[in-house]
Parts: sequence; C-alpha cells; structure tokens
Amino acid sequence: MDENLVVPDAELLTPGHLGCQGCGAALAMRYVLKALGEKTIVVLPACCFSIIAGPFPYSALKIPLLHTAFETAAVTASGVRAGLDCQGDSETTVLAWAGDGGTFDIGLQALSGTAERNDNILYICYDNEAYMNTGVQRSSATPWGAWTTTTPHAKRKFKKDIMLIMAAHRIPYAATASVAYPEDLIAKVKTAKKTKGTRFIHLLAPCPPGWKISSEQTIKFARLAVQTRIFPLYEVEDGTRYRFHDISEPASVEEYLKAQGRFKNLSEEDFELIQEQVEERWAYLIGLAAMTGAGNG
Amino acid sequence: MIVTTEETREVITGNHAVSHGARLARAQVISAYPITPQTQVVELLSSFCEDGSLDAKFIQVESEHSAMAALVGASSVGARCFTATSAHGLALMHEMLHWAAGARLPIVMANINRAMGAPWSVWTDQNDSLSQRDTGWMQIYCESNQEVLDTVIQAYKTAERVALPAMLVLDAFVLSHTAEPVEIPSQEAVDDFLPPYEPDLRLSTEDPHSFSGLATPDTYMEFRYGIQKSMERALEEFQRVDDEFYEAFGRRYGLIEQYRTDGAELLLVTSSTITSTARVVIDELRDSGRHVGLLKIRLFRPFPGELLRSLVANAKKLAVIDRNIGFGVGGIFAQEIRAALYNHIQIPVFGFVAGLGGRDVRPSLIREVIEYAETHEEPEDLIWKGVKL
Repeated sequence: MDENLVVPDAELLTPGHLGCQGCGAALAMRYVLKALGEKTIVVLPACCFSIIAGPFPYSALKIPLLHTAFETAAVTASGVRAGLDCQGDSETTVLAWAGDGGTFDIGLQALSGTAERNDNILYICYDNEAYMNTGVQRSSATPWGAWTTTTPHAKRKFKKDIMLIMAAHRIPYAATASVAYPEDLIAKVKTAKKTKGTRFIHLLAPCPPGWKISSEQTIKFARLAVQTRIFPLYEVEDGTRYRFHDISEPASVEEYLKAQGRFKNLSEEDFELIQEQVEERWAYLIGLAAMTGAGNG
Repeated sequence: MIVTTEETREVITGNHAVSHGARLARAQVISAYPITPQTQVVELLSSFCEDGSLDAKFIQVESEHSAMAALVGASSVGARCFTATSAHGLALMHEMLHWAAGARLPIVMANINRAMGAPWSVWTDQNDSLSQRDTGWMQIYCESNQEVLDTVIQAYKTAERVALPAMLVLDAFVLSHTAEPVEIPSQEAVDDFLPPYEPDLRLSTEDPHSFSGLATPDTYMEFRYGIQKSMERALEEFQRVDDEFYEAFGRRYGLIEQYRTDGAELLLVTSSTITSTARVVIDELRDSGRHVGLLKIRLFRPFPGELLRSLVANAKKLAVIDRNIGFGVGGIFAQEIRAALYNHIQIPVFGFVAGLGGRDVRPSLIREVIEYAETHEEPEDLIWKGVKL
C-alpha cells in the first residue's frame, strides 16, 4: 500500500485547543502534524494559532512550539534550523506555521530572504483570507469582492498570488493544499518533509466567523474553492515543474460565492467578473506550466 | 588563511576587535545585515566562517530585524549567538530586542554607536543604543579596542549566567575604524575562561514545551519581575566576571572606572571614547593642582547606582558629558545619574551635551566643561557645548 495513503493515528494536536468551531486552521494543523510526526519544532508568529495553541503554561501541541514576532516566522525558523544543525541535529523538521497576514503581508520580506537562501525549513501558510485573529480585517490574501471590517462593502483588489511569488524564488517544493482533501494534504506534507531546502505550502483554511458561514460548512467551502478553480491544487518543483490536480468540470464560482455571508454585497456582474478572473488565471497557470515544461499530474 | 589560535599582539580596528571577540567566544550562529560603520565586523566574521577559523553558521539575512529574529530561533535551541549592527539597524531590531530579552536568550551583540537620521549621519553618538534602554538588554560602553575584544568575551559569560542578552557599544569611526594595538588571547585561554553554553531550558523534541506563548494578566508580571531580578543579579555577576577575567588575562575594567579621583571635589563623568580625551585633560589639571577627577561609566544597564553613590560620596559636584540627547529633558547619562543619587545624596549634577553626530569633543571643550562646573554654584540640567548658534 502506498504509504502516502496511510493517515497516521497519532494525534499531536490535542482536543483542548482554543480554535473556534469548524476552524480550518486547527484541522489543518492536525493533519500536518500527523504527516510530520514528533520530530518537529513549530515556529509560530502572531496569528490565530497563537491563541489556538493555548496560553502559558498550556500547550495544545505535543511537540515543541516557539512563539515569535508577527513578521518573523520564516527567519526564526531559519535560526532554529541553524541552531539545530550546529548541534548535529539534521533530522528534526522545522515548521514555520503562519497565517495569510504573516505570510502575504508583514512576513513576506523575511520569507523571501529565507527562500532566497533556500534555508532548510518547511513553511506552511494557513490562509483564512483575512486578519481573523484581530477580527476580520482585509489582508492582501483577501479575495476580490469579500467583505471585511476594513472593506465594509467589498474588497476591490485582487488576492496576491503568493504561490507564483514563491515559485519565482525557485525553491525546491511549493504546493497548494486544502483541508477538504486530507489525503492530498498529507501526501504533500510528506513530500515536503523529504525534500531539502525551503518548502512552501499554501493551505486554504476556511474561517466560519470570518467568512460568515456556519461551522459545519468548513469542508464544503474548502472543497468548492478547489472545484471552482478559485483555489486550484498544484505543486511546483524548483519553480519550474508544475503538476496539477485537475478538475475536469469546474463548478461555477457563483455556488461558492453566493452561500458565503462575506460575499453578500456582490452583484451578478461581480460574479461574472470573478468567473472571468478565475478562468483567466487558470489559463495563465496552465500556460506557465507548459512554458516551463511540465504536464498535469 | 586560518588565524592563529596562539596569543598574539596585533594592531587592529575596533570592528576587527569585535570579530576576534566573537571568534574566540566560539559563536555558533551569527546573523547580520551590513550597515556603515559595522560592516567590517561581519566581513571578517564571514571570512572566519569561510576559512574554518570559526565553526559557525552565518545566516546572511535581508534585514536587521531578521538578524535578531534568526538569533532568537537559534538561541532558543541552545546555540551561542552573535550579531553586530548600528543606528538604524538597531532601531529596526527594536521589537526583537524586546523579544530576545523577554525570552531570556543570552545573545551578544555589538552596536557601533552612530547618530540617528533624519538627517542622515554615519558618525558617532549614543542615541541609537540609549533608545534601547528599556528593552532588557545589558549595555556596556567601551573605550578602547582592547576593551572591545575583552568585553565580547565578558559579555557572553555574564549573559549566560543571568539569561539576559548583552550589547557592547563602541563609537563609530573613533573606535570602529581606528587601529590600536590589541592583545588577542589564545583560544585555549578563552576556552578555559568561557565554558560552552549549556542553557537550563532549550526548545527540544526530547522534552517538548511551548516557549513565549500568551501570558495573561495572571502570569505576565512575574516574567517582568524575573527580568528585573536577573538584572540586579547581573550587577554582581558582571563584577565577578571582570574579576575572573583579570585573573585569567591580567586586564579589568570595572563597572565604573575611577581615574585620579583621590581628593577630587569635582568629578567629571564620561563614557566611551570621550573618556580617553578626558584622561589627558584630567592629567593636565591634576598636575597643575586642581581637585578634579574622572569617572567612566562602563556598564549602563544594569545601572550601577549603588556603586556610583559610593564613588561620589566625597565629591562636591559632578559634571556629566553626554554624547546623546533625550529630547525634552537633556543628556541621558546625566538623568540616570541624578535618578541614582536623588533619594540618597544631595550633590549638584551639571549636565553637558556635546559631540552629537560625531562632532569632535576636544580637550579644550572638556576644559571648558570643568571650568564651568567649577565656577558655577547652581547646577544646570542642560548645558550645550560646541553647538553653533
């Protein structure tokens, strides 16, 4: 049996965590730690997980956890790596675990530095598409059309393409993943674990209060995001070799958008515009993959 | 070429004295970003790492903020860490300085004192390091290149004993780029003096814990109490380390140095390289029968208030020269000194601000300072010297 199809039983995130009901980030951490195992150190900047992991002296994680400042996840992880290496520990995985604000916005400079040096860490951005921990303010990961407390009608800027930015650093491994596809997520984390250098996973993690969806709908929308190609699943090796988990008949974006409270201010024209953007972006990605010499997986 | 591990005497700059100090202390992880006038520190350390003179990981980061963040990570898993910066680099690090101290990480850093912009300046004054006064870092102000090298080694020993970070400070160009003869100790002697870093707690998969997680109002204050208690302990430890250093290497600097203070009625108080110029003036005035002496404040954090009180007990006046300005108040060392004395000793403290942005502080200016304090009875909080009006 393919070892990638086996989901380990061990739970390294305990039920006592402080995530909201239906929290995509907590689910994501649970799966990721199953894939990485106990020989893992987590570096955590300011983000929802600073709270979810529990206050001093508690910890909801059964592995070591280093809290650090907002913009420093990647480089603090680089430092942990260097500190372990100089003591002869090359086995432990160093995981930087940051939200979209800490990755797309305030932590981008340090992340770029780490990627340019190709420091041997795994960086996972759990993307809930806004500053959720501070009460739903827009980030550069917030999609076009979404309500947030700082885009009271709807955001009229497009989501930053973090994957292409990371791929442009030619890091050995970058992938998107979704909590709706746990086997795929775990397989990608295992691939990342085996790879040396800077590895990046962009993980879509819905936030029920921030997306204005009910807590049992996390998986539904995480899946629809993939099925509509709003959040396509793919991998990029060395910034050039693309591999897609293609959806043969993509769903229309309307189904995804209409049922979420955060998109309630959008019009039919807005839905059409978003549909066009999604198709354009997909064509661009496919074209990019063809140009750099890769095929579908 | 691998540098010798034997004791040598060489003519080196202050910046290279820093690099040799970090090499001899066997820093394991170095992370730094270039800034004038610090660059030679990291250039030489890069060479040491490249040629095998130093077995360290050098993380070449994209900013000073990241330099300190990287060291927070490396120090948390138990590595001995070093960086160097200056002025705007130090200011950019500010958030992580709090983090390093709060996390109780004994990182050592050299800061080359450079004036802050705007307007741009690359020359020396102390506002960069003094702006970091309340971050929980120890601060040691150095006067000579020998003191710089020795202080790197002393700083590690003290920092690791009290689990707090330490910053040694030296003047831009006046020390950083000026070559002086320096005794470079042997690796063996430094190894004997400074044992490997063995923290009580470290981030490890063998014994998993969460570090620096959210502290509620019910727990936060005790962390701050702990830092203050360790700062108080650091006063004693720093003195002890200086004594141990003397036994091992025959050199000592004290927390506050007294220079020709016997029977002095007026004590001039200085720090850093202004002290060297002041020594010449004090010699001259002493030899002509004037009752003046000199105190050099070396350790600024923790502030050696009790020691200061014992050293000024017989003086009639103090004249403090500050190469810095706390806007809206006056010289920062003068404020600290007044605060240390106020509840205990009533003695006039004249506060002089001079030499900002690298303006020369010459013997003539120091003579004027002394003359002023000698001939005035009422102390003044802020007297500008050498400003063109």
